[in-house]
Amino acid sequence: MRRLNLPLSEEERMSLKAGDAVLLCGEIYTARDAAHKKMHEALARGEELPFNIENAVIYYVGPTPAHGGLAIGSAGPTTSGRMDPYTPELIELGLRGMIGKGRRNEAVKEAVKKYKAVYFVAVGGAGALLSHSIIKREPVAYEELLAEAVTKLTVKDFPCFVGIDCEGNDIYDLDERVPGRD
Amino acid sequence: MIVDMKEISVKKIEDAIASMCRDIAVTASPDIVSAFEKAANAETNEKSKAVLDILIDNARIAKEENIPICQDTGMAIVWIKAGQEVHFTDGLVNEAVNRGVERGYTENYLRASVVDDPLYERKNTKTNTPAVIYTELTEGDRVEIEIMAKGFGSENKSALKMLTPADGEEGVIEFVKDTLLKAGPNACPPFVIGVGIGGTFDSCAVLSKKALLRKLDEHNPDARYAALEEKLLTMANELKIGPMGFHGRTTALAIKVENEPTHIAGMPVAVNVCCHVCRHAKAVIE
Ligand code: SF4
Repeated sequence: MRRLNLPLSEEERMSLKAGDAVLLCGEIYTARDAAHKKMHEALARGEELPFNIENAVIYYVGPTPAHGGLAIGSAGPTTSGRMDPYTPELIELGLRGMIGKGRRNEAVKEAVKKYKAVYFVAVGGAGALLSHSIIKREPVAYEELLAEAVTKLTVKDFPCFVGIDCEGNDIYDLDERVPGRD
Repeated sequence: MIVDMKEISVKKIEDAIASMCRDIAVTASPDIVSAFEKAANAETNEKSKAVLDILIDNARIAKEENIPICQDTGMAIVWIKAGQEVHFTDGLVNEAVNRGVERGYTENYLRASVVDDPLYERKNTKTNTPAVIYTELTEGDRVEIEIMAKGFGSENKSALKMLTPADGEEGVIEFVKDTLLKAGPNACPPFVIGVGIGGTFDSCAVLSKKALLRKLDEHNPDARYAALEEKLLTMANELKIGPMGFHGRTTALAIKVENEPTHIAGMPVAVNVCCHVCRHAKAVIE
Protein backbone atom coordinates (compact mmCIF):
# COMPACT_ATOMS: atom_id res chain seq x y z
CA MET A 1 0.00 0.00 0.00
CA ARG A 2 1.30 3.44 -0.88
CA ARG A 3 2.30 5.73 2.02
CA LEU A 4 1.64 9.45 1.49
CA ASN A 5 3.30 12.16 3.55
CA LEU A 6 1.18 15.29 3.93
CA PRO A 7 1.10 17.94 2.62
CA LEU A 8 1.10 16.51 -0.89
CA SER A 9 2.63 18.33 -3.84
CA GLU A 10 0.50 18.85 -6.94
CA GLU A 11 2.62 16.24 -8.70
CA GLU A 12 1.95 13.70 -5.98
CA ARG A 13 -1.77 14.43 -6.04
CA MET A 14 -1.86 13.98 -9.78
CA SER A 15 -0.22 10.59 -9.49
CA LEU A 16 -3.15 9.26 -7.42
CA LYS A 17 -5.90 7.25 -9.09
CA ALA A 18 -9.43 6.67 -7.81
CA GLY A 19 -9.52 3.28 -6.09
CA ASP A 20 -5.87 3.35 -4.88
CA ALA A 21 -5.46 2.15 -1.31
CA VAL A 22 -3.20 4.58 0.58
CA LEU A 23 -1.86 5.32 4.07
CA LEU A 24 -1.82 8.98 5.11
CA CYS A 25 0.85 10.44 7.42
CA GLY A 26 0.99 14.02 8.70
CA GLU A 27 -1.35 16.74 9.86
CA ILE A 28 -5.05 17.05 9.03
CA TYR A 29 -7.92 19.14 10.40
CA THR A 30 -11.29 17.90 11.62
CA ALA A 31 -14.46 19.73 10.61
CA ARG A 32 -18.01 18.57 9.93
CA ASP A 33 -21.47 20.13 9.54
CA ALA A 34 -21.55 22.86 12.20
CA ALA A 35 -17.88 23.86 11.71
CA HIS A 36 -18.36 24.15 7.94
CA LYS A 37 -21.37 26.39 8.49
CA LYS A 38 -19.35 28.59 10.87
CA MET A 39 -16.41 28.79 8.47
CA HIS A 40 -18.74 29.75 5.66
CA GLU A 41 -20.31 32.47 7.80
CA ALA A 42 -16.85 33.74 8.83
CA LEU A 43 -15.83 34.04 5.16
CA ALA A 44 -19.09 35.85 4.35
CA ARG A 45 -18.26 38.38 7.05
CA GLY A 46 -14.83 38.84 5.52
CA GLU A 47 -13.06 37.10 8.41
CA GLU A 48 -10.19 34.64 8.32
CA LEU A 49 -10.63 30.88 8.60
CA PRO A 50 -9.54 29.40 11.94
CA PHE A 51 -6.58 27.58 10.31
CA ASN A 52 -4.36 27.91 7.27
CA ILE A 53 -6.34 26.31 4.46
CA GLU A 54 -3.41 26.43 2.02
CA ASN A 55 -2.73 22.85 0.95
CA ALA A 56 -4.70 21.57 3.96
CA VAL A 57 -6.62 18.31 4.33
CA ILE A 58 -9.96 18.21 6.19
CA TYR A 59 -11.28 15.02 7.77
CA TYR A 60 -15.08 14.94 8.16
CA VAL A 61 -15.28 13.40 11.61
CA GLY A 62 -16.95 13.95 14.96
CA PRO A 63 -15.08 11.58 17.28
CA THR A 64 -16.17 10.16 20.61
CA PRO A 65 -14.36 11.56 23.68
CA ALA A 66 -10.98 9.95 24.41
CA HIS A 67 -10.48 7.84 27.52
CA GLY A 68 -7.51 6.42 29.38
CA GLY A 69 -4.85 8.70 27.93
CA LEU A 70 -5.66 7.91 24.30
CA ALA A 71 -5.30 10.72 21.74
CA ILE A 72 -8.87 10.33 20.51
CA GLY A 73 -11.90 8.07 20.83
CA SER A 74 -13.68 6.31 17.97
CA ALA A 75 -12.99 8.38 14.86
CA GLY A 76 -14.43 7.15 11.57
CA PRO A 77 -15.67 9.31 8.69
CA THR A 78 -19.08 10.92 8.47
CA THR A 79 -21.09 11.34 5.24
CA SER A 80 -19.22 13.87 3.08
CA GLY A 81 -22.20 14.92 0.94
CA ARG A 82 -23.53 17.13 3.71
CA MET A 83 -20.40 19.27 3.36
CA ASP A 84 -20.82 19.64 -0.42
CA PRO A 85 -22.48 23.09 -0.26
CA TYR A 86 -19.43 24.51 1.54
CA THR A 87 -16.62 22.61 -0.17
CA PRO A 88 -15.95 24.32 -3.54
CA GLU A 89 -15.38 27.63 -1.76
CA LEU A 90 -12.79 26.01 0.53
CA ILE A 91 -11.04 24.32 -2.40
CA GLU A 92 -10.83 27.68 -4.17
CA LEU A 93 -9.12 29.06 -1.08
CA GLY A 94 -6.50 26.31 -0.99
CA LEU A 95 -8.02 23.13 0.49
CA ARG A 96 -6.41 20.22 -1.35
CA GLY A 97 -7.64 17.12 0.42
CA MET A 98 -10.78 15.81 2.09
CA ILE A 99 -11.43 12.55 3.91
CA GLY A 100 -14.95 11.24 4.39
CA LYS A 101 -17.36 8.62 3.12
CA GLY A 102 -19.89 8.56 0.32
CA ARG A 103 -20.55 10.46 -2.86
CA ARG A 104 -19.79 14.11 -3.65
CA ASN A 105 -21.83 16.32 -5.96
CA GLU A 106 -20.80 17.62 -9.38
CA ALA A 107 -19.72 21.02 -8.04
CA VAL A 108 -17.23 19.37 -5.69
CA LYS A 109 -15.98 17.09 -8.46
CA GLU A 110 -15.45 20.08 -10.74
CA ALA A 111 -13.51 21.93 -8.04
CA VAL A 112 -11.39 18.83 -7.35
CA LYS A 113 -10.52 18.64 -11.06
CA LYS A 114 -9.90 22.34 -11.52
CA TYR A 115 -7.63 22.78 -8.50
CA LYS A 116 -6.06 19.29 -8.59
CA ALA A 117 -7.34 18.35 -5.18
CA VAL A 118 -8.19 14.84 -3.99
CA TYR A 119 -11.05 13.27 -2.06
CA PHE A 120 -10.21 10.25 0.08
CA VAL A 121 -12.74 7.78 1.46
CA ALA A 122 -12.23 5.90 4.71
CA VAL A 123 -14.28 2.95 5.94
CA GLY A 124 -17.45 4.15 7.67
CA GLY A 125 -18.22 2.42 10.94
CA ALA A 126 -14.59 1.50 11.59
CA GLY A 127 -13.91 4.26 14.11
CA ALA A 128 -12.16 2.06 16.67
CA LEU A 129 -9.64 0.77 14.12
CA LEU A 130 -9.09 4.19 12.56
CA SER A 131 -8.40 5.73 15.99
CA HIS A 132 -5.21 3.65 16.10
CA SER A 133 -3.80 5.76 13.26
CA ILE A 134 -4.40 9.07 15.06
CA ILE A 135 -1.54 9.86 17.38
CA LYS A 136 -2.26 13.43 18.45
CA ARG A 137 -5.20 15.80 18.68
CA GLU A 138 -4.98 19.54 19.39
CA PRO A 139 -7.82 22.06 19.70
CA VAL A 140 -8.05 24.71 16.98
CA ALA A 141 -11.44 26.42 17.08
CA TYR A 142 -15.16 26.30 17.96
CA GLU A 143 -14.68 24.20 21.09
CA GLU A 144 -18.31 24.84 22.04
CA LEU A 145 -19.27 22.50 19.20
CA LEU A 146 -17.92 19.56 21.25
CA ALA A 147 -17.43 16.59 18.89
CA GLU A 148 -17.90 18.99 15.96
CA ALA A 149 -15.07 21.35 17.01
CA VAL A 150 -12.20 22.04 14.61
CA THR A 151 -9.08 20.21 15.80
CA LYS A 152 -5.70 19.33 14.35
CA LEU A 153 -4.84 15.65 14.14
CA THR A 154 -1.51 14.02 13.54
CA VAL A 155 -2.05 10.77 11.68
CA LYS A 156 0.27 7.89 10.99
CA ASP A 157 -0.56 5.29 8.35
CA PHE A 158 -4.21 6.30 8.26
CA PRO A 159 -5.83 3.79 5.87
CA CYS A 160 -8.12 5.08 3.14
CA PHE A 161 -8.84 4.93 -0.58
CA VAL A 162 -8.60 7.60 -3.25
CA GLY A 163 -12.27 8.47 -3.78
CA ILE A 164 -12.08 11.18 -6.46
CA ASP A 165 -8.81 11.83 -8.25
CA CYS A 166 -7.56 14.97 -10.01
CA GLU A 167 -9.16 13.85 -13.26
CA GLY A 168 -12.55 13.50 -11.61
CA ASN A 169 -12.65 9.69 -11.63
CA ASP A 170 -14.90 8.44 -8.84
CA ILE A 171 -14.28 5.24 -6.86
CA TYR A 172 -18.03 4.63 -6.69
CA ASP A 173 -18.36 4.61 -10.47
CA LEU A 174 -15.20 2.73 -11.36
CA ASP A 175 -16.46 -0.80 -11.83
CA GLU A 176 -19.72 0.42 -13.34
CA ARG A 177 -17.91 0.91 -16.62
CA VAL A 178 -16.40 -2.57 -16.62
CA PRO A 179 -18.63 -4.74 -18.77
CA GLY A 180 -19.49 -8.17 -17.47
CA ARG A 181 -19.00 -7.18 -13.85
CA ASP A 182 -20.35 -10.08 -11.77
CA MET B 1 -61.55 -5.65 43.28
CA ILE B 2 -58.08 -5.52 44.70
CA VAL B 3 -55.35 -6.66 42.35
CA ASP B 4 -51.88 -7.49 43.60
CA MET B 5 -49.52 -5.09 41.92
CA LYS B 6 -45.89 -5.88 41.43
CA GLU B 7 -43.68 -2.99 42.50
CA ILE B 8 -40.76 -2.18 40.24
CA SER B 9 -38.43 0.73 40.92
CA VAL B 10 -37.71 2.88 37.89
CA LYS B 11 -34.09 2.96 39.15
CA LYS B 12 -33.77 -0.56 37.77
CA ILE B 13 -34.80 0.73 34.36
CA GLU B 14 -32.24 3.54 34.60
CA ASP B 15 -29.43 1.13 35.52
CA ALA B 16 -30.33 -1.37 32.81
CA ILE B 17 -30.39 1.35 30.17
CA ALA B 18 -27.08 2.89 31.28
CA SER B 19 -25.29 -0.43 30.98
CA MET B 20 -26.93 -1.39 27.68
CA CYS B 21 -25.86 1.96 26.16
CA ARG B 22 -22.25 1.12 26.96
CA ASP B 23 -22.44 -2.50 25.85
CA ILE B 24 -23.96 -1.93 22.43
CA ALA B 25 -21.57 0.94 21.66
CA VAL B 26 -18.46 -1.20 22.02
CA THR B 27 -19.56 -4.78 21.43
CA ALA B 28 -20.77 -5.79 18.00
CA SER B 29 -23.28 -8.61 18.31
CA PRO B 30 -21.93 -12.04 17.34
CA ASP B 31 -24.47 -12.47 14.53
CA ILE B 32 -23.20 -9.30 12.83
CA VAL B 33 -19.55 -10.34 13.15
CA SER B 34 -20.24 -13.79 11.73
CA ALA B 35 -22.17 -12.18 8.87
CA PHE B 36 -19.04 -10.08 8.13
CA GLU B 37 -16.93 -13.24 8.11
CA LYS B 38 -19.33 -15.04 5.80
CA ALA B 39 -19.43 -12.03 3.47
CA ALA B 40 -15.62 -11.72 3.50
CA ASN B 41 -15.23 -15.37 2.53
CA ALA B 42 -17.66 -14.99 -0.36
CA GLU B 43 -16.19 -11.69 -1.60
CA THR B 44 -14.31 -11.63 -4.89
CA ASN B 45 -13.87 -7.87 -5.21
CA GLU B 46 -10.54 -6.92 -3.67
CA LYS B 47 -11.51 -3.52 -2.23
CA SER B 48 -14.76 -4.89 -0.79
CA LYS B 49 -12.88 -7.76 0.83
CA ALA B 50 -10.46 -5.22 2.36
CA VAL B 51 -13.43 -3.30 3.78
CA LEU B 52 -14.93 -6.42 5.36
CA ASP B 53 -11.57 -7.38 6.87
CA ILE B 54 -11.34 -3.88 8.35
CA LEU B 55 -14.83 -4.24 9.84
CA ILE B 56 -13.91 -7.58 11.42
CA ASP B 57 -10.72 -6.07 12.90
CA ASN B 58 -12.64 -3.02 14.01
CA ALA B 59 -15.16 -5.11 15.97
CA ARG B 60 -12.33 -6.92 17.74
CA ILE B 61 -10.45 -3.70 18.59
CA ALA B 62 -13.63 -2.00 19.82
CA LYS B 63 -14.41 -4.81 22.22
CA GLU B 64 -10.84 -5.40 23.44
CA GLU B 65 -10.01 -1.73 23.94
CA ASN B 66 -13.42 -0.44 24.95
CA ILE B 67 -13.56 2.05 22.07
CA PRO B 68 -16.94 2.55 20.34
CA ILE B 69 -17.36 0.55 17.12
CA CYS B 70 -18.38 3.77 15.39
CA GLN B 71 -17.95 7.39 16.46
CA ASP B 72 -21.64 8.01 15.78
CA THR B 73 -22.86 6.29 18.92
CA GLY B 74 -26.36 7.12 17.81
CA MET B 75 -29.60 8.49 19.14
CA ALA B 76 -31.16 6.23 21.76
CA ILE B 77 -34.54 4.70 20.97
CA VAL B 78 -36.12 2.87 23.87
CA TRP B 79 -39.11 0.56 24.06
CA ILE B 80 -40.64 -0.03 27.48
CA LYS B 81 -43.02 -2.97 27.43
CA ALA B 82 -44.67 -2.99 30.82
CA GLY B 83 -46.91 -5.70 32.20
CA GLN B 84 -50.26 -4.31 33.31
CA GLU B 85 -49.73 -5.61 36.82
CA VAL B 86 -46.64 -3.51 37.35
CA HIS B 87 -46.67 -0.49 39.62
CA PHE B 88 -43.66 1.74 39.05
CA THR B 89 -42.07 3.35 42.09
CA ASP B 90 -39.37 5.97 42.72
CA GLY B 91 -40.37 8.40 39.99
CA LEU B 92 -41.37 8.68 36.37
CA VAL B 93 -40.44 6.04 33.80
CA ASN B 94 -39.53 8.53 31.08
CA GLU B 95 -37.24 10.47 33.38
CA ALA B 96 -35.54 7.25 34.44
CA VAL B 97 -34.99 6.31 30.79
CA ASN B 98 -33.38 9.65 30.05
CA ARG B 99 -31.23 9.49 33.19
CA GLY B 100 -30.08 6.04 32.09
CA VAL B 101 -29.18 7.30 28.62
CA GLU B 102 -27.38 10.32 30.04
CA ARG B 103 -25.34 8.16 32.41
CA GLY B 104 -24.65 5.55 29.75
CA TYR B 105 -23.31 8.16 27.34
CA THR B 106 -21.48 10.54 29.67
CA GLU B 107 -19.89 7.93 31.94
CA ASN B 108 -18.64 5.79 29.08
CA TYR B 109 -17.13 8.35 26.72
CA LEU B 110 -19.85 7.97 24.09
CA ARG B 111 -20.63 10.83 21.75
CA ALA B 112 -23.36 13.32 22.56
CA SER B 113 -25.14 13.61 19.21
CA VAL B 114 -28.50 15.17 20.07
CA VAL B 115 -29.44 18.82 19.45
CA ASP B 116 -32.28 20.51 21.32
CA ASP B 117 -33.93 22.37 18.45
CA PRO B 118 -34.00 20.71 15.02
CA LEU B 119 -34.26 23.80 12.82
CA TYR B 120 -32.95 26.97 14.44
CA GLU B 121 -30.57 26.71 17.39
CA ARG B 122 -29.33 23.14 16.92
CA LYS B 123 -27.53 23.27 20.25
CA ASN B 124 -26.03 20.03 21.51
CA THR B 125 -27.75 18.89 24.73
CA LYS B 126 -24.41 17.32 25.84
CA THR B 127 -26.17 14.29 27.36
CA ASN B 128 -27.42 12.55 24.22
CA THR B 129 -30.93 13.01 25.61
CA PRO B 130 -33.82 13.10 25.12
CA ALA B 131 -34.19 9.54 23.94
CA VAL B 132 -37.09 8.53 21.69
CA ILE B 133 -39.34 6.51 24.01
CA TYR B 134 -42.14 4.11 23.10
CA THR B 135 -44.25 2.49 25.76
CA GLU B 136 -46.46 -0.55 25.36
CA LEU B 137 -48.69 -2.37 27.79
CA THR B 138 -48.48 -6.14 27.92
CA GLU B 139 -49.84 -8.81 30.19
CA GLY B 140 -48.10 -9.92 33.34
CA ASP B 141 -45.87 -8.33 35.92
CA ARG B 142 -42.54 -7.82 34.26
CA VAL B 143 -40.96 -5.07 32.25
CA GLU B 144 -39.11 -5.64 29.02
CA ILE B 145 -36.74 -2.94 27.83
CA GLU B 146 -35.32 -2.81 24.33
CA ILE B 147 -32.85 -0.20 23.23
CA MET B 148 -31.32 0.73 19.91
CA ALA B 149 -28.55 3.29 19.29
CA LYS B 150 -29.27 4.52 15.78
CA GLY B 151 -26.67 6.28 13.66
CA PHE B 152 -27.88 8.98 11.35
CA GLY B 153 -25.75 8.34 8.27
CA SER B 154 -28.20 5.54 7.61
CA GLU B 155 -31.27 7.02 9.34
CA ASN B 156 -31.05 9.92 6.87
CA LYS B 157 -31.55 7.50 3.98
CA SER B 158 -34.73 5.94 5.31
CA ALA B 159 -38.03 6.55 3.52
CA LEU B 160 -41.76 6.02 3.75
CA LYS B 161 -44.27 5.79 0.94
CA MET B 162 -48.03 5.44 0.93
CA LEU B 163 -48.46 2.69 -1.67
CA THR B 164 -51.89 1.60 -2.83
CA PRO B 165 -53.28 -1.95 -2.56
CA ALA B 166 -52.84 -2.38 -6.33
CA ASP B 167 -49.08 -1.84 -6.05
CA GLY B 168 -48.82 -5.29 -4.46
CA GLU B 169 -45.62 -7.16 -3.69
CA GLU B 170 -43.94 -5.76 -6.77
CA GLY B 171 -44.57 -2.23 -5.57
CA VAL B 172 -43.01 -3.03 -2.21
CA ILE B 173 -39.90 -4.53 -3.82
CA GLU B 174 -39.56 -1.52 -6.16
CA PHE B 175 -39.79 0.94 -3.30
CA VAL B 176 -37.21 -0.90 -1.20
CA LYS B 177 -34.92 -1.05 -4.24
CA ASP B 178 -35.33 2.64 -4.89
CA THR B 179 -34.53 3.45 -1.26
CA LEU B 180 -31.39 1.28 -1.29
CA LEU B 181 -30.15 2.89 -4.51
CA LYS B 182 -30.60 6.31 -2.95
CA ALA B 183 -28.77 5.17 0.18
CA GLY B 184 -25.89 3.88 -1.95
CA PRO B 185 -22.43 4.19 -0.41
CA ASN B 186 -23.38 7.04 1.93
CA ALA B 187 -25.24 5.00 4.53
CA CYS B 188 -22.34 2.61 5.33
CA PRO B 189 -23.28 -0.64 3.62
CA PRO B 190 -23.51 -3.58 4.17
CA PHE B 191 -26.91 -2.67 5.55
CA VAL B 192 -29.48 -4.19 7.82
CA ILE B 193 -32.87 -3.09 6.51
CA GLY B 194 -36.14 -2.89 8.44
CA VAL B 195 -39.31 -2.81 6.36
CA GLY B 196 -42.71 -2.00 7.83
CA ILE B 197 -45.82 -2.79 5.79
CA GLY B 198 -49.31 -1.73 6.84
CA GLY B 199 -50.72 0.32 9.71
CA THR B 200 -50.86 4.07 9.26
CA PHE B 201 -48.34 6.68 8.14
CA ASP B 202 -46.92 6.94 11.67
CA SER B 203 -47.20 3.35 12.92
CA CYS B 204 -45.64 1.99 9.74
CA ALA B 205 -42.43 3.94 10.40
CA VAL B 206 -42.24 2.60 13.95
CA LEU B 207 -42.83 -0.91 12.60
CA SER B 208 -39.87 -0.63 10.24
CA LYS B 209 -37.66 0.36 13.16
CA LYS B 210 -38.95 -2.54 15.26
CA ALA B 211 -38.00 -4.91 12.46
CA LEU B 212 -34.36 -3.95 13.10
CA LEU B 213 -34.59 -5.36 16.63
CA ARG B 214 -34.77 -8.91 15.34
CA LYS B 215 -31.75 -11.20 15.17
CA LEU B 216 -30.22 -11.44 11.70
CA ASP B 217 -31.45 -15.01 11.22
CA GLU B 218 -34.89 -14.45 12.70
CA HIS B 219 -37.52 -14.42 9.97
CA ASN B 220 -41.08 -13.15 9.85
CA PRO B 221 -43.30 -15.90 11.31
CA ASP B 222 -45.65 -15.73 8.28
CA ALA B 223 -44.12 -17.85 5.50
CA ARG B 224 -45.22 -15.39 2.77
CA TYR B 225 -43.50 -12.48 4.47
CA ALA B 226 -40.46 -14.64 5.24
CA ALA B 227 -40.26 -15.41 1.52
CA LEU B 228 -40.55 -11.70 0.77
CA GLU B 229 -37.57 -11.08 3.08
CA GLU B 230 -35.57 -13.54 0.97
CA LYS B 231 -36.66 -11.91 -2.30
CA LEU B 232 -35.71 -8.49 -0.97
CA LEU B 233 -32.29 -9.70 0.17
CA THR B 234 -31.57 -11.26 -3.22
CA MET B 235 -32.66 -8.04 -4.95
CA ALA B 236 -30.46 -5.95 -2.61
CA ASN B 237 -27.36 -8.01 -3.24
CA GLU B 238 -27.94 -7.94 -6.99
CA LEU B 239 -27.66 -4.15 -6.82
CA LYS B 240 -23.93 -4.63 -6.21
CA ILE B 241 -23.60 -1.58 -4.03
CA GLY B 242 -21.44 -3.76 -1.79
CA PRO B 243 -19.44 -3.00 1.34
CA MET B 244 -18.80 0.78 1.49
CA GLY B 245 -20.21 1.09 -2.01
CA PHE B 246 -17.20 -0.53 -3.70
CA HIS B 247 -19.46 -2.84 -5.74
CA GLY B 248 -18.92 -6.07 -3.84
CA ARG B 249 -21.39 -8.90 -3.39
CA THR B 250 -22.89 -8.03 0.00
CA THR B 251 -25.09 -4.95 -0.01
CA ALA B 252 -27.32 -6.10 2.86
CA LEU B 253 -26.65 -8.53 5.68
CA ALA B 254 -30.38 -8.99 6.28
CA ILE B 255 -33.76 -7.50 5.41
CA LYS B 256 -36.51 -7.82 8.03
CA VAL B 257 -40.17 -7.30 7.22
CA GLU B 258 -42.86 -6.58 9.83
CA ASN B 259 -46.50 -6.38 8.86
CA GLU B 260 -49.65 -5.11 10.54
CA PRO B 261 -53.31 -4.56 9.60
CA THR B 262 -54.11 -1.47 7.55
CA HIS B 263 -57.03 0.41 5.94
CA ILE B 264 -58.92 -0.96 2.90
CA ALA B 265 -57.64 1.97 0.82
CA GLY B 266 -53.96 1.84 1.63
CA MET B 267 -50.63 0.07 1.98
CA PRO B 268 -48.04 2.20 3.77
CA VAL B 269 -44.47 0.95 3.39
CA ALA B 270 -41.55 2.23 5.46
CA VAL B 271 -37.91 1.37 4.88
CA ASN B 272 -35.61 2.02 7.82
CA VAL B 273 -32.05 1.85 6.57
CA CYS B 274 -29.50 0.76 9.14
CA CYS B 275 -25.78 0.49 8.57
CA HIS B 276 -23.72 -2.53 9.56
CA VAL B 277 -23.45 -0.97 13.05
CA CYS B 278 -26.90 -2.26 13.98
CA ARG B 279 -26.82 -1.88 17.76
CA HIS B 280 -29.61 -3.05 20.04
CA ALA B 281 -30.11 -4.96 23.27
CA LYS B 282 -32.84 -6.21 25.54
CA ALA B 283 -33.27 -6.47 29.30
CA VAL B 284 -36.06 -7.91 31.42
CA ILE B 285 -36.88 -6.64 34.89
CA GLU B 286 -38.92 -8.92 37.12
S1 SF4 C 1 -24.07 5.20 9.16
FE1 SF4 C 1 -23.64 3.75 10.84
S2 SF4 C 1 -21.57 2.99 10.48
FE2 SF4 C 1 -21.86 4.81 9.23
S3 SF4 C 1 -21.05 6.46 10.47
FE3 SF4 C 1 -23.25 6.38 10.88
S4 SF4 C 1 -23.51 4.99 12.64
FE4 SF4 C 1 -21.43 4.73 11.87
